[in-house]
Amino acid sequence: MFELPSGAEIQGIIASVKASVGFFIPEIYLSLLFMLLIVVDLVSRGKKNNLLSITTLVGLAGSLFFIHQQQSMQAGELFFGMYVLDEFALFFKYFFVLSGMLAVVVTMADEQFEREVKSMGEYYALVVSMVIGMVMMASAADLLMIFLSMELVSFTAYILTGYFKRNARSSEAALKYLVYGAVSSGLMLYGFSLVYGLTGQTNLIKIGAEIAAQGQAHSLVLTFASVMILAGFGYKIGAVPFHFWSPDVYEGAPTPVTAYLSVASKAAGFALLMRFLFVAIPQGSSPLSTPSGLNWITMLMVLSVASMIYGNVVALWQKNVKRLLAYSSIAHAGYLLLGVLVMGKFATQATLFYLLSYFLMNFGAFFVVILIANQTGSESLDDYRGLGKKMPLAGAALTVFLVSLVGLPPTLGFIGKLMLFSALLAKGSVYLWLALVGIMTSVISLYYYMLIPLNMFLRESKQNDGREMKSGLIAQSLMVVLMVLTLYFGLFFTPLSDFARYSSAMFGVILH
Amino acid sequence: MLSLIVFLPIIAGLIILAVPSSQKQIIRIVSLLAALAQGVLAVMIWRGYNPSLPGITAAPGGSPLGSFQYVERVPWINLDLAGFGPLNIEYFVGVDGISVTMVILTALVSAIGVLSSWTIQKQVKGYFILYNLLGAAMMGCFVALDFFLFYVFWEIMLLPMYFLIGIWGGPNREYAAIKFFLYTLFGSVFMMLVMIGLYFSVTDPVTGHHTFSLVAMATQSNYIKDSILGPNNEMWRYVAFIALFVGFAIKVPMFPFHTWLPDAHVEAPTPISVILAGVLLKLGTYGMIRINFPLFPEVFQAGMYVIGIFGAINIIYGALCALAQQDLKKMVAYSSISHMGYVLLGLSAGNSEGMVGALYQMFNHGTITAMLFLLVGVIYDRAHTRQIDKFGGLASHMPHYAALVTVAWFASLGLPGLSGFISEALVFVGAFSSLTTRSIAMVAVLGIVFGAAYLLWSLQRMFLGQRKPDAAYDLVVGEDGHEHIHFHDWNGKIDLDGRELTMLVPLVIITIVLGVYPMPILGMLTSSINRLVEVLSPVVLSQL
Repeated sequence: MFELPSGAEIQGIIASVKASVGFFIPEIYLSLLFMLLIVVDLVSRGKKNNLLSITTLVGLAGSLFFIHQQQSMQAGELFFGMYVLDEFALFFKYFFVLSGMLAVVVTMADEQFEREVKSMGEYYALVVSMVIGMVMMASAADLLMIFLSMELVSFTAYILTGYFKRNARSSEAALKYLVYGAVSSGLMLYGFSLVYGLTGQTNLIKIGAEIAAQGQAHSLVLTFASVMILAGFGYKIGAVPFHFWSPDVYEGAPTPVTAYLSVASKAAGFALLMRFLFVAIPQGSSPLSTPSGLNWITMLMVLSVASMIYGNVVALWQKNVKRLLAYSSIAHAGYLLLGVLVMGKFATQATLFYLLSYFLMNFGAFFVVILIANQTGSESLDDYRGLGKKMPLAGAALTVFLVSLVGLPPTLGFIGKLMLFSALLAKGSVYLWLALVGIMTSVISLYYYMLIPLNMFLRESKQNDGREMKSGLIAQSLMVVLMVLTLYFGLFFTPLSDFARYSSAMFGVILH
Repeated sequence: MLSLIVFLPIIAGLIILAVPSSQKQIIRIVSLLAALAQGVLAVMIWRGYNPSLPGITAAPGGSPLGSFQYVERVPWINLDLAGFGPLNIEYFVGVDGISVTMVILTALVSAIGVLSSWTIQKQVKGYFILYNLLGAAMMGCFVALDFFLFYVFWEIMLLPMYFLIGIWGGPNREYAAIKFFLYTLFGSVFMMLVMIGLYFSVTDPVTGHHTFSLVAMATQSNYIKDSILGPNNEMWRYVAFIALFVGFAIKVPMFPFHTWLPDAHVEAPTPISVILAGVLLKLGTYGMIRINFPLFPEVFQAGMYVIGIFGAINIIYGALCALAQQDLKKMVAYSSISHMGYVLLGLSAGNSEGMVGALYQMFNHGTITAMLFLLVGVIYDRAHTRQIDKFGGLASHMPHYAALVTVAWFASLGLPGLSGFISEALVFVGAFSSLTTRSIAMVAVLGIVFGAAYLLWSLQRMFLGQRKPDAAYDLVVGEDGHEHIHFHDWNGKIDLDGRELTMLVPLVIITIVLGVYPMPILGMLTSSINRLVEVLSPVVLSQL
């Protein structure tokens, strides 16, 4: 039965934990920030000011410093292999904290919060808690840690989605999100248990070694388990056929939450997916070879193609801008999966680069949608008519973001697609057909993305009051900054690409 | 020099951005000044151009950059691709005989387009910003020698064009604008894949790294033997050629990818039609000459016959469609399709005569079609209709207009003494002297007859005879006892006014001068074309 560890063992464990804590500072810091926010909320309750949001913003910015400090540390395992620290994890930590900050800024600009809710205290604390969960997802290297961090993110996301308590759509979205989330978590957990049954390990690296040793002996069980696990990850990244929650949730949730979910939560799913597949499943020497008997590349191909086609085609009929962007985000999950399934150093670089570009353009698009909704109170495509004249700057910015989402130069989105397709073609003609599906669907996507500028610029508004609509100065300048960055990095993308290349190193696996 | 001519419109656009939108006249003048400065630069480039240097590709034993002129080459993007070594993208521009003629054409047509845009009243500021952006992108395409740079310019053109048709266009503009956008994007995404494939297949002879340089790509010895588009991968080279060709053919537009063009033209405002027909269509055939053919010469050799057939279909089908049109502008649009067919036919001949003819036809078509669309715009401004049978007997009331229309129409149908004749003649000389295309040329000659038919017939219906009962104008007897023409809702001059003459007369002069003495353009083309023919010839290929 269970044996009590000896004194020396306990001392060893404590020493190891102590050593690991030094590599865990950003997470500890963020947890403290979470608690601080609750205190600040208690102290400042009832007063109308920006104290909470500013504290969150500054606090999150502070965590960047601690993450930056980790950059000089040696990549390695922490807490007995529960957690790893490597360049790949750091990339996502930056990514999640920055998107958390943007979510805060976007929330400050959204006037719907003032109408719908009385208190914002929990909101910012929850945003921070979601950042903590995602930061942990980026580093999780153990099945238990993966599950725990994912659940932390999911639960926070359910609450944030339903934050507009009196808004029926918001509540409906939260409930749907919860139901789908519960099912896919359950499936994933079942998959984890099968993997544990096969290998007797929960650590990804050890699982990888065990599966490699077993060869193809249990390929059927492994495949079954992986399908289950993919359901969990697929749900987070919003890929077909695990996407059913996303249009409703994206439409119903407060727009900043939608933006945050569509960028950060998706990226977190990708971080886990890549780490799991690359580390835990032994890789073959050539594309499409499967030493473990698990053909996950084909599985991802199916998911990717289905997402690209379904997302882009169904988006054609959408009448609500947020819903349209939801389908577009399904399609983008498909594009990102292309980079995952090629599996290599360059492909990983391309995927990370694409995530960065998606970060900028998607946040930008949602931000403009919020600014427009502030003025018109609507996210319906019909109400965008003639807005180009009333809000020329917002119209121009939104057009840039959408063009970037289509993937046209000179925007960042183009470089992202270029890198992804280059990664596909770099492997010769094996993946050419995937690239073809990718480009064909991006031509389709042009049509629905252009519906928005079409309504804004080509059509006249129904009630033409000639009123010029102006957003606040801060909101406008943030919009311009995002737009300029999208264009600037579209022409001079070396820094982002170098960062993505640096970050493509993953502990415990050597990518080729 | 080239950077200046490319980015001048962008600078003008930025200045316009700072001008308040109520100052319409200032905005127009800034655009005009930029266009004129571009024209001056184009003339300087033309004067300083040394026609004896061929360009096209690096000569064996010569500089690896080839004999391009006005070359500017700076590293633009340098980064490490994980596992693939450095990725180098250069800002690499330069001209040879082929591009320098197109640069001159672009500068000319852009300037005339600005004048023609004077009548735009709606959202003037936005219009000229987009117009200048479009102008910069077009110019950039013609001078870019790096595939990546070319592609960026190529795609930047789409968005301004979409809005220019979509906002300032006719009643059915939404449909036309998105159709244009989708068609062209459809073609260019394939181009992107080929571009990536070429990047992995070609190394720079100097640095040994992969490169996007079109000059390096045009030398077959720079290809890695077993790479995806390398010489050992014949099948993929065919696929890549077809993909590129379709991308460019959509722009030309070549049958069966032509259907966006009549829609776009009918909806577009006059200046945009002028730009579209005058410059944008040339980009399709320019892309073929600059990229498609020299990069895959053996596929070109194998495909000449097919290209020729498509050229002939374009000529005859375009002419027949033009014959059937009631709308004058649609007729001119289909005539564009027909005339671009001559370019394809000339290229497919693969010999110097045909290729020179094709290039010269590109230039002439640019000037002549610009004139045709301007003239259509003149009558549309006055009568608010373009239905051919709503006119009749205009010649006696609008003599200047009638005279210019006659010159333009005759230039278009290829009357000797006007520039169109020389280029069409050269195309046919080339097509007949090549055994591959001889039979096609025999059929395609019919196109000239049809061309004469629709042009002369429309001329007769509109300008000769008497006013029709349901005409778009009235005849009123003036104080002097003569009958005068009266258009509804038109207070300007009945015949051409000063601005319209300023746009049209230079084009007429160019058409006549180049019809009598074509050497200014042909002289610049010949050595480049000879080099191109050499690069494409089977003899050279067999030595590889």
